[in-house]
Amino acid sequence: MADSYSTEELELIAVKIREDIITMLEEAGSGHSAGPLGLTDIFTALYFGVLKHDPKNPDWEKRDILLLSNGHTVPVRYATMANAGYFERSELKTLRKFKSRLQGHPERLKLPGMETTSGPLGCGLSQACGMSLGMRMNDEHHRWVYVVMGDGELNEGNVWEAAMLASKYRLSNIIGIIDRNNIQIDGPTESVMPLEDLKAKWEAFGWHVIEIDGNNIDAVIDACAMAKAVVEKPVMIIAHTVPGKGVDFMEYDFHWHGMPPNEEQAKVALKELRTLQGKIESEID
Amino acid sequence: MPETHITAVTKKLNMEPTRKGFGRGLKKAGELDKNVVACCADLTDSTQISMFKEAFPDRFIEIGVAEQNLVTVGAGLAAMGKIPFVSSYAAFSPGRNWEQIRTTICLNDRPVKIIGSHAGLYTGADGATHQMLEDIALMRALPNMVVLAPCDSIEAEKMTLAMAKDSRPNYMRLAREATPVLTTEETPFEIGKAYVFDKGKDVTIIATGTMTYQALVAAEQLYKDGIDAEVIHCGTIKPLDGDTIVKSLKKTGAVVTVEEAQINGGLGGAVAELLGEECPSPLVRMGMKDEFGESGKPDELLEHFGLTAKHIRLAVHTVLDKKK
Repeated sequence: MADSYSTEELELIAVKIREDIITMLEEAGSGHSAGPLGLTDIFTALYFGVLKHDPKNPDWEKRDILLLSNGHTVPVRYATMANAGYFERSELKTLRKFKSRLQGHPERLKLPGMETTSGPLGCGLSQACGMSLGMRMNDEHHRWVYVVMGDGELNEGNVWEAAMLASKYRLSNIIGIIDRNNIQIDGPTESVMPLEDLKAKWEAFGWHVIEIDGNNIDAVIDACAMAKAVVEKPVMIIAHTVPGKGVDFMEYDFHWHGMPPNEEQAKVALKELRTLQGKIESEID
Repeated sequence: MPETHITAVTKKLNMEPTRKGFGRGLKKAGELDKNVVACCADLTDSTQISMFKEAFPDRFIEIGVAEQNLVTVGAGLAAMGKIPFVSSYAAFSPGRNWEQIRTTICLNDRPVKIIGSHAGLYTGADGATHQMLEDIALMRALPNMVVLAPCDSIEAEKMTLAMAKDSRPNYMRLAREATPVLTTEETPFEIGKAYVFDKGKDVTIIATGTMTYQALVAAEQLYKDGIDAEVIHCGTIKPLDGDTIVKSLKKTGAVVTVEEAQINGGLGGAVAELLGEECPSPLVRMGMKDEFGESGKPDELLEHFGLTAKHIRLAVHTVLDKKK
């Protein structure tokens, strides 16, 4: 998978995923906007440049595992999976609706390729630890466990319990990615519950830490490649992202954490995204 | 099957904590299936998972005092095809980590085996904080969860082997102090079945865990009173064996439930729900009545909270008065 897309092609995929996110959230009438838009470049990088996976065979036994720990951002995963060929994009409009496979928070048993059920925060990293230990016991090599986590989620004690365990057992095939967008429901992370010095915290817990611009797709791909070269230690990528990225009126505004756009707002957002899409397409041509 | 209720009272019974049976069973399960693995939250000896750890050090994970991590690491291990047994004290697991069990094990359908030791009043001197009495209610409420409470160490061993083969999430509660061993290697055990340990016709006593012994002793005393009690041991509290219970009640028409746990949501709650719908009958629920325990010897506590054979005998007379 890796290296088969140019930077421009990846950026084009990302803008299409953002358009899908806006469309599906507007249709659903509820859900989170800022997180999914901010995470789009990370998910584009993972599904189109990093993960060893097969959209037509989601249970492929040699696949890498991607856990979404902050389950409320799942629209970005649904939209990325649809664009990667796991299911038809038309299904995205069923988000949060009765009988849909695309539950408001992700459920493993509903959708093939969804590695775990999540939503309640703080549980992804510890499941990754269990998976990594299981792979070690099964003598499986060259399988990676990626965990996407929110920054507000780091308030949960369960995260730090897992951080200690991963370091104790030297679970070096775990690559964590923190969506450092500095917002959570009640406001800026540093006023709700300060996280800084975040890098020093993870280092003190025995992790190797890489800090990147999480809205730069190439930087995400490069950081994952670097993370794989680290031996004997788990790696945490602190990915600085802009909440609401790509939609001007949503960027940096914590009010968009848990809100969908209405019809009018969706129109404005899609106009902005489609203009960008046209620009990238003309560059590729 | 034990020969009859007489076995329980006329012979001098061996005493052993149920957690010892779990320890032996887990080691055996590990020998039978290499996918059986174990995790513990800093209570390796207390929960008797130490036998497994010594036999299979590469398949044992020491989690530290972190019960939320204990069960979620378990969920991850199960995702990789492992059969994880995760142990701590019941007050902490499932006491502290219930939501993690709900989301990452039950809703996520990962067959993690949760072992809660030091459940009930047999925790004794440790006092109310450590005497877990709400675990049955907590675990019964979860869809997809099997709830087990062995009557002695031999059954705990059989239960552990059965859990290793069961594809669902399971919870088993264990006692700290030694309790009488009343079953034998030949006594049958299957998840989901209640067993009539002592046949009778006048009244049904349904007990679980360590209280089954007290029920058998009470049945013997009642026999002298001219009352022929049927004692059903409910080692599996969920799924409840409704057929066996309703069949007994259609014969006897009155029931006493006994457990070392809160009756609200416990075995008593489960039986009341079943019989309310299927076979309304006079009922007395024995157990903890919306109250906490305290420090003391198990015998002192059972006496104080009214959970000895003597109390069961009195409850049977009460329920038979209701039946009239």
